[in-house]
Amino acid sequence: MFADYTMTELTSIFAMQGFAGLILFSVFVLMALGLAIIFGQMGVINMAHGEFMILGAYVTYLTSTLFAEYLPSIYDSYFFIAMIFAFIVTAALGALVEWAIIRHLYKRPLDTLLATWGLSLILQQLYRTVFGAREVGVTLPDWLMGSYALNENIEIPINGLFVMGLTIVITVGVALMMQKSRLGKQTRAVVQNRPMAAAVGINTEKVDRMTFALGCGIAGIAGSAFTMIGSTGPTSGQLYIVDTFLVVVFGGASSLIGTVASAFTISQAQSTMEFFLSGSTAKVLTLLTVVGILMLRPQGLFSLKIRR
Amino acid sequence: MHSKSQPFSGTRRRRFLQNLLAVPAAIMLANASLTAHADSANTTGLAVTDKTVTVGILHSVTGTMAISETGSVQAEKLAIEQINAMGGVLGRKIEYIQEDGASDWPTFAEKSKKLLIKDKTAAVFGCWTSASRKAVLPIFEQYNGMLYYPTFYEGLEQSPNVIYTGQEATQQILAGIDWVVKEKGAKSFFLLGSDYIWPRTSNKIARKHIEKLGLKVSGEEYYPLGHTQFNSVINKIKLKKPDVIFASVVGGSNVAFYKQLKAAGIDMTKEKPLVLTISVTEDEILGIGGENIEGAYASMKYFQSLTNNNNKNFVKAFKERWGKDIVIGDVTQAAYLGPWLWKAAVEKAGSFDIDKVRAASPGIELKTAPEGYVRVHENHHLWSKTRIGNAQADGQYKIVYETKDLIEPDPFPAGYK
Repeated sequence: MFADYTMTELTSIFAMQGFAGLILFSVFVLMALGLAIIFGQMGVINMAHGEFMILGAYVTYLTSTLFAEYLPSIYDSYFFIAMIFAFIVTAALGALVEWAIIRHLYKRPLDTLLATWGLSLILQQLYRTVFGAREVGVTLPDWLMGSYALNENIEIPINGLFVMGLTIVITVGVALMMQKSRLGKQTRAVVQNRPMAAAVGINTEKVDRMTFALGCGIAGIAGSAFTMIGSTGPTSGQLYIVDTFLVVVFGGASSLIGTVASAFTISQAQSTMEFFLSGSTAKVLTLLTVVGILMLRPQGLFSLKIRR
Repeated sequence: MHSKSQPFSGTRRRRFLQNLLAVPAAIMLANASLTAHADSANTTGLAVTDKTVTVGILHSVTGTMAISETGSVQAEKLAIEQINAMGGVLGRKIEYIQEDGASDWPTFAEKSKKLLIKDKTAAVFGCWTSASRKAVLPIFEQYNGMLYYPTFYEGLEQSPNVIYTGQEATQQILAGIDWVVKEKGAKSFFLLGSDYIWPRTSNKIARKHIEKLGLKVSGEEYYPLGHTQFNSVINKIKLKKPDVIFASVVGGSNVAFYKQLKAAGIDMTKEKPLVLTISVTEDEILGIGGENIEGAYASMKYFQSLTNNNNKNFVKAFKERWGKDIVIGDVTQAAYLGPWLWKAAVEKAGSFDIDKVRAASPGIELKTAPEGYVRVHENHHLWSKTRIGNAQADGQYKIVYETKDLIEPDPFPAGYK
């Protein structure tokens, strides 16, 4: 397979391939973070996660249209503002959903699966009614397009760099928040022992709402970022949901480090196999590996040790 | 053709829901067959009165396929309205009953049964994916209905109860490959598609033709429907340095593929490698973004930018009816042909009777087709020209080549089973 190539060419291809793996890793982390918070910390199986992501993508689309129309002079930087909007809108919807549906179901976690699945169907049809059944094309500012040529053989996609940077910022932010901030500590307290947390004066309802909103908001940011690499249509969220759950479950649902580690394992395995084998085979082998490991370690890669 | 991206969880969930819905539907059907009465105004047993004739439209307007099928519904309604404005068929106005296949193949089957048994439609215009067509085919054959199917597809099928108004695979592919070999001097090809029947059959046909020309297939790859990460395969393509990427990626994957191709530094306008696609119509470019696919070539029978008078009138009427920003892709045009071909066949037969319409269909020609001129072959497919379009930043194709003659449809090319 490699006989006809010079050493330099091979080195640069492998460098680019390594980078492709890192991009995939960032994408996985970004899409799984929101779910890791909601599913991992709260135990809510949020089947509408993909639809929250696509809401973020639609907000980005609207923002881009708005800027092109009214503020063309600062169009180049619209993407940052779009991500902030995406966070606000999806977090607000998340809070609303938590208030209207989820909070009634904390004692019946499996029913959240049905409820959020219904929600995902409703949201899909809503997008279809509002934005049309066809996919919308989100125009990106020029500086986000194209690639950065490191030398004549190695070309690195700029949007990939952007996603990586964004992932690092958000992951570090979430980790700090969970460990250091008041909300983070309260969240973990509520997760571990709800009655006791309430007894020491934590407003558990408020914590639940904030946590759910935060998870949804991060999904919105992810969706916004994914307009650079994927499609934006009423059902596009469905493209991400399987991989997202895979990453979170494989990592061990209640551990953020687990999510990152599992995203890294799956992305590296998949991108390496995709390169040497065919796409579909790579997917099958990845899933088989995950199933195998989960049979040996049903709790996932990492799990919190808590007394039950 | 395009079975759109459906991760398994979504499909399974939808199917579960459909099963729930199928129960009341079945009860309604049973009631309907008890109360159905024979139409007295005609001898064919179809829904024809002295003033009207009823046809069916069967597409997905909900679910993942709605993205693609909306254009076909619009085209079929426009054609029916235009025919009615001209006085209808055999002096009867066309009325239509529209059913939603909901992107779910069993639902397509259920709804086609309703259109044929309860509504007694004289013809049905519908289906989009091969899967939905395969689901309704036995029903159309059992109850002797007539289906006009608009999508370009993999071939290997020929039913007395279906008229295929889109191209079958050889019509679309062979001309495209011949052109890229002759005009661009292509020597090696990388075949890339979504993983289901249409891309696989298409690539099989393409590979055979490429190898017959003595040229090289440097890679053949398939990715699951809905796959969104193409960086690895793009690196592989860079390594293999093919002259042509022959792409039949569909659905949401399409958007991801072209965006990532561009981000990886492959400028398609430089044609190194050249991208030749058989799956991206103007409809898909809306989602991909013209700037992300500029420079790619597509091989199809119809582009919105065709300059003949038929097409100018068609585009004008379509935009007046459905909005000025709308785009028209290959399948939308093929869907538009359906009602016109049916009208011509009915008038030639002098009857709505399915058997007579079928007998009259071969040889029917349409001089007013937006794509120029089409004729129905004995095998129920259409003779048509194939064009090569070059994608522009504004989302339209610039036509750079057109086959001189009509290409004969060949749904069963030698060597494929």
